[in-house]
Amino acid sequence: MPSLPPIRPEDEACAEKAPGGGAFDAPAPDDNGALFDYLLRLGDDSLVLGQRLSEWCGHAPSVEVDLSLANMALDLIGQATFFLDYAGEVEGRGRDGDALAFHRDVLDFRNCWLVEQPNGDFAQTMARQFLFSAWQRRLFAHLAGSADAQIAAIAEKAVKEVAYHAELAAEWVIRLGDGTEESRRRMAEGIEWMARFVPELFEADDVVAFLADRGIAADPNAFRADYEAEVAAILAEATLPPLPQQRPILGGRRGHHSEHLGHLLCTMQFLPRTYPEAVW
Amino acid sequence: MVAAARRDETAGLWSVLAEVPDPEIPVISVVDLGIVRSVHPDRVIVTPTYTGCPAAQVIERDIRAALDAAGYRDVRIETALSPAWTTDWITPAGRQKLLAYGIAPPTRSAVACPQCGSSDTEEISRFGSTPCKALWRCRDCAEPFDLFKCH
Repeated sequence: MPSLPPIRPEDEACAEKAPGGGAFDAPAPDDNGALFDYLLRLGDDSLVLGQRLSEWCGHAPSVEVDLSLANMALDLIGQATFFLDYAGEVEGRGRDGDALAFHRDVLDFRNCWLVEQPNGDFAQTMARQFLFSAWQRRLFAHLAGSADAQIAAIAEKAVKEVAYHAELAAEWVIRLGDGTEESRRRMAEGIEWMARFVPELFEADDVVAFLADRGIAADPNAFRADYEAEVAAILAEATLPPLPQQRPILGGRRGHHSEHLGHLLCTMQFLPRTYPEAVW
Repeated sequence: MVAAARRDETAGLWSVLAEVPDPEIPVISVVDLGIVRSVHPDRVIVTPTYTGCPAAQVIERDIRAALDAAGYRDVRIETALSPAWTTDWITPAGRQKLLAYGIAPPTRSAVACPQCGSSDTEEISRFGSTPCKALWRCRDCAEPFDLFKCH
């Protein structure tokens, strides 16, 4: 029985870099591949959470909250635009931020699981925001010193906005946690649901390690203790139990996602995919 | 001679830019707002206020239109993210115009009501009608007002 010819090393190298190839695998940690992947992670976190928050527009409990959520969504989508435009430049295949946002499929998204979780009720939305923004604020504070000038510039600018998000969300966690019986129950449930997605935020895989070695990425473990201390303090002030230790769910950075992301993308991508050249 | 001519050229550009209003707060210009970072004979460097500010694209378009109308078609507009814009860059004239318009200028001390001047004020919402503003209320005259947030 004839055997298959051996794979030539040059073909193997090509396959790894094929467009859309190996969506489930970490990219080979060469300079551009790793940087592109890391920029997708940063951009997709902001994009997906920004899209989620925008779902509240016109539905929030009060007009002030409606404005808060819409403004945070704007900040996040602004961050996503900068990160994804830069990702497109690094990739060098002529894609810009819009192309990356609207013309990738779910397996090519590199956001964490936390941001794609459904809004649920207002408490669940704020639980998600608190756990994410407290992390993103520290991440951006570190990235403001990145050896990559463009990442540093985006992070330096965005960290001031994210500080606002983190404070606002922490205040709601306290107000609802230390509120009525019902608000407390809902916030406790929100935190309990979102807690399982926190360990992924601190996953430092080969891409992060490769870029952190070069001073480009931030190893999130550098600020993990600080993050956990803040979360513990806010939950205590909110009279809520500490963050439960649950089985962590990982994989968003490699393209494994919950079913929720696909539904989100259907809504977000419908118009530009159906009418590709639409302008308004 | 050449240096003087170059100065004249940027002076002309500055005066054009000083007439370009901020689209959200039209009483102040992009120069008052502190987003024009530098002006060269062949290019103008601007910086966005907030990362997601929807006015950023409008601002660039308005600057382009004003430059074109004044005959500066060859002058490019470039965007620089770093150093990040801060409300400290709003000019004293810009702060006065904000106050006269009913928006409390950014401050790190007590927020004074732009209507009656009282410092007995409170925050209603950290986010207001635009990313740069928070909603406040005066406890003395009971008027709500916008505060340009420190940033």
